[in-house]
Amino acid sequence: MSGLAGIPIKIEQASGKLASGNVEPLLHEIGHALEQLIEVRKASIIDLRGVPLAPGEEDRILEFLGTGEVRAEFEASGLSTVNESRFPGVWVVTHHDATGDVMSRLIEITLVPEILCSQVEELRDSHERFALGVRFMGEPTADGIRSG
Amino acid sequence: MRDVLVGDYLRGRGVSRRSLLKFCAAAASWMALPPTMAQEIAAAIEKARRPSVIWLPFQECTGCTESITRAETATLESLIFDAISLDYQHTLQAAAGDAAEEARHQAMKENWGKYLLAVDGSIPLANPGYSTIAGVSNLDMLLEAAKGAAAIIAIGTCAAFGGIPAARPNPTGAVAVSDLIKDKPIINVSGCPPIPVVITGVLAQYLTFGSIPDLDRLGRPRAFYGQSIHDRCYRRPFYERGQFAESFDDEGARKGWCLFKLGCKGPITYNSCATIKWNGGTSFPIEAGHGCIGCAEPNFWDKGGFYEALSVSRWGTFGTVAAAAAVGAAAGVASAALARHRQAKAPEGESR
Repeated sequence: MSGLAGIPIKIEQASGKLASGNVEPLLHEIGHALEQLIEVRKASIIDLRGVPLAPGEEDRILEFLGTGEVRAEFEASGLSTVNESRFPGVWVVTHHDATGDVMSRLIEITLVPEILCSQVEELRDSHERFALGVRFMGEPTADGIRSG
Repeated sequence: MRDVLVGDYLRGRGVSRRSLLKFCAAAASWMALPPTMAQEIAAAIEKARRPSVIWLPFQECTGCTESITRAETATLESLIFDAISLDYQHTLQAAAGDAAEEARHQAMKENWGKYLLAVDGSIPLANPGYSTIAGVSNLDMLLEAAKGAAAIIAIGTCAAFGGIPAARPNPTGAVAVSDLIKDKPIINVSGCPPIPVVITGVLAQYLTFGSIPDLDRLGRPRAFYGQSIHDRCYRRPFYERGQFAESFDDEGARKGWCLFKLGCKGPITYNSCATIKWNGGTSFPIEAGHGCIGCAEPNFWDKGGFYEALSVSRWGTFGTVAAAAAVGAAAGVASAALARHRQAKAPEGESR
């Protein structure tokens, strides 16, 4: 026997009777949240990791949601992806840490997930750095190389 | 107390607000708060002042420190570690010997009455020489440091309840922090070891709300220890249907059925393993095919074998155990109803 392949025990993936029974209720919750978004523009967030799911069920949910037109990613202490599902208004947001582990996976029912927006708290610092950059554009830097 | 806001400190280290929001989204999940609260948590953490934390390691295996730290790469959980001012920690600090002890005394003096005291490991009382730091017994060091602490976080089952050192016959006379300190708030973060994010989550909770979290009867934060493993276990429907693995390699084990008969202590163990899981949310013991051993509960080493079912072990009367297993407000309430419906329709031979 060598390696994992030599271990004669294999867990079957959850399906049908073997499932946790939480997939359908979760999908109904997403549907209800979509109704709320349409009628009163109320955004919702569902934490996929907060629901007990059997192995394979999270994949089933993500497979059902699929991917739509918009795919965005950003790097902030690890990669994060923000994908609109094939159902406009339903987004899948996955946050990874610096080692690539999934920190959280959220289903956001909204027009645009807020995390994609520039952060208001950073705008003043952004303006200061921008103004400084413009002011010194074209001037030699300490190592004699011109910038801009 | 360091007079620097956490938000300013993090920005100075190049941590963007999106990074903080990512962490707060995960923290909301850990604390069982609505995910929509991530923005509010971020705002609260940014405005908090960096608390001084002094970490004293006593009679321990260093597993709790290993749990929370990553030797090779930083993770977002280390962000909250950056948000605090960790002024003394044996495994992580660069200083050693007299310099380290001087740094500890200096931090205690500057932040007297305001620092957080983190303790891992039990405290031996049979002989002070069993565990010392710089020639000072754990008992004396704890009593001295506790006087100036705002609160004490007892990290790991050893510090919270005595743990493995306190297992029969307890040769070192090991006791928990709460057995010795009676006049300070103590937060017990039990587990052998605790889940890393539970440790950082408690710190995040303290930074967010500026106060001790709501605690259960054993002094553990309800946000992380408020529900039993059984309440949130994805195999709960199998328990409800009476589908149990009888041995580790039988058909039930391969199909992922309930591990109650193989000694799982999930029904009376309170922790977040079933939701937060381990190794970045990869899995937890039950999902890997092994029953819960109850490591977040007091005296888990002395309550019978890990492979004895609760009904025959020493964790309580069968009535107590059965009641604990039956009561629970899990998301599986709907799944239980669905499970019963399925059991009624199951072909012969699939259900017991």
